[in-house]
Amino acid sequence: MKELLYPFDAEYILGRKKSIKRMLLADGTTRIKKNIAILGGSTTSNIKLIMELFLLNNGIEPSFYESEYNQYYQDAMFDNPELEKFNPDIIYICTTNRNITKYPEISDSADAIDSLLSKEKAKFFGIWDSLLTRYKCPIIQNNFEMPFYRLMGNKEASDIHGKVNFLTRLNLIFYEYAQTHDNFFICDINYISADYGLKEWSDPFYYHMYKYAVNVNAIPYLSFNIANIIKSIFGKNKKGFVLDLDNTLWGGIIGDDGVDNIVIGPEESEGQTYSEFQRYLKEHTQLGIILNIDSKNDEANAIAGLAHPDSELHKDDFVSIKANWDPKDRNFKQIAEEINLLPESLLFVDDNPAERHIVEEQLHGVIAPEIGEVHQYIQNIDRGGYFEVTMFSSDDIKRNEMYKENAQRAELQASFENYADYLLSLDMVGVIKSFEPIYMARISQLTNKSNQFNLTTHRYTQNEIESIASNPEYITLYGKLIDRFGDNGVVSVVIGHKVGSECKIDLWIMSCRVLKRDMEFAMMDSLVKKCAEQNIDTIRGYYYPTAKNAMVKDFYQLQGFTKIKEDDDGNTEWIFKINSDYKKKNNVIKVEE
Amino acid sequence: MTREEVYEKLNEIFRYVFDDEEIVVSDSTTAADIEDWDSLEHINLVVAVEKKFSIKFNIGEVNNFQNVGEMVDIIMTRI
Repeated sequence: MKELLYPFDAEYILGRKKSIKRMLLADGTTRIKKNIAILGGSTTSNIKLIMELFLLNNGIEPSFYESEYNQYYQDAMFDNPELEKFNPDIIYICTTNRNITKYPEISDSADAIDSLLSKEKAKFFGIWDSLLTRYKCPIIQNNFEMPFYRLMGNKEASDIHGKVNFLTRLNLIFYEYAQTHDNFFICDINYISADYGLKEWSDPFYYHMYKYAVNVNAIPYLSFNIANIIKSIFGKNKKGFVLDLDNTLWGGIIGDDGVDNIVIGPEESEGQTYSEFQRYLKEHTQLGIILNIDSKNDEANAIAGLAHPDSELHKDDFVSIKANWDPKDRNFKQIAEEINLLPESLLFVDDNPAERHIVEEQLHGVIAPEIGEVHQYIQNIDRGGYFEVTMFSSDDIKRNEMYKENAQRAELQASFENYADYLLSLDMVGVIKSFEPIYMARISQLTNKSNQFNLTTHRYTQNEIESIASNPEYITLYGKLIDRFGDNGVVSVVIGHKVGSECKIDLWIMSCRVLKRDMEFAMMDSLVKKCAEQNIDTIRGYYYPTAKNAMVKDFYQLQGFTKIKEDDDGNTEWIFKINSDYKKKNNVIKVEE
Repeated sequence: MTREEVYEKLNEIFRYVFDDEEIVVSDSTTAADIEDWDSLEHINLVVAVEKKFSIKFNIGEVNNFQNVGEMVDIIMTRI
């Protein structure tokens, strides 16, 4: 819903939250269901109600547990049958500087202040340790916003007696915990409140009147940020940009003005602004976010523009460049197909509202933010939270390289007449083993990100993956694929659970970047071997159709399974008998088990 | 703005805050008359009224509204 995208009208959302919710629930979208517990140190009602809207808009249907007023500590530290029964997928701890037990006094010694800090540290670390042990789910924790008054004025910042100094030190302690715990995320209200305007954010009216520690009018911004973290945890981030050129990456129309006259570079202010935007985009590639071009231009002009001596972005920074006179939505679709991503996982950036409109209209789920004037491009995209980072694996860093390697593979493929010869020429090595500790984060990430090559679309948190890995009743496999152009990392995951002499497949997924490499057959061979070792004679597979996984509808048939059931919704069930004369299906990947 | 005009705007606010197209408020309407009007929704109503009329209530006023009429009295003095 457009009204829930940044930049949004907070007042509108606050006032009409009930009818917005009604409309979202009636729009026919399929959503994943998640249980979210909010443990608050002040009133959280509106924070919850508005977070719900942003989550619904991102394909997540939440159920909530909300602690009684200011009961976050008790709820976290003590047995809580209600919360245990609720079985949270996420716990959000909404505390603020109103929840500090004791601030330093001016007469306190340095040691006394250190001891106050230690006490707060022990309290919060205790809460988080307790929750992680009891509920084994991701925790989102507010840091502290700055105080709304400064007793010593500017000296508050540097003097250890100052509240500003105290909260700053405490925030650093919170970050230590975040740096050492994969499942712990900071909701940076220190930044959000500054961005909104601390004076307004902390207006004491709302605390004294309703025990809201944040201005009610600012709540949509807070809820939006929490929802961004949650959607990122559940793999609903965007993965790349599709960018226009003229008046988006540089000023002017290169086809009319000529490459020498486009506005880019340090010579004057408008050019500097475009350069800054280009640098901003380029920084994303460090996070593995990919860049593509979709421009109405002759290709030669597009390439010439990127070769401009002042251009920060170069041809090599892009995975796919479409510069032609076709409709932009058609190019956009082709880009997505080329890189095996769904169109909706790419963000469209174009200065022209008409182009944004056509792309959004034609490609369901694609977002084309209103980016404003060139000096506003960065702020409008950045605050949209499309690329919020939570889990960050080494795979993400390498993703751009991987897509470029794919382009090289495509070139190689063109030189072979026989596809099998091409596969052999890739010198592929697969590593297929039971889940190992170093890959838990990546495995969980993959279960949350894979939509197309995904038979059951079950999602798993890292904790769930870890507990399955250590449970002898489960059979788990991860598959890594390396070839002459590079390491693709972990690209496939299979989870099955044993029932007597059967193995029921709960999950079978593969990353689309290794489609048509026979990796799925190598996984099948390893699965059969593993099952046989554990005296299992039957493998039972399930396919549950979604809007996105039609490509694996006949997957089990291809693997030699027999269909035994199909219901009206297209859900199918398959079995495979393991015989002693099982013939390996993969002949092109050398497998290490 | 006349009292009638204030009521026209106020009805619109009540209708979307409580998501009920049929609400009509008057001087004597109190929280007891509207099903969802609890203390948590009261804040949303106050915020919406403040925005609509570009006014601010003070803490004492918000605490002492006995009915909609008293809220309208204050709105009339601020606009």
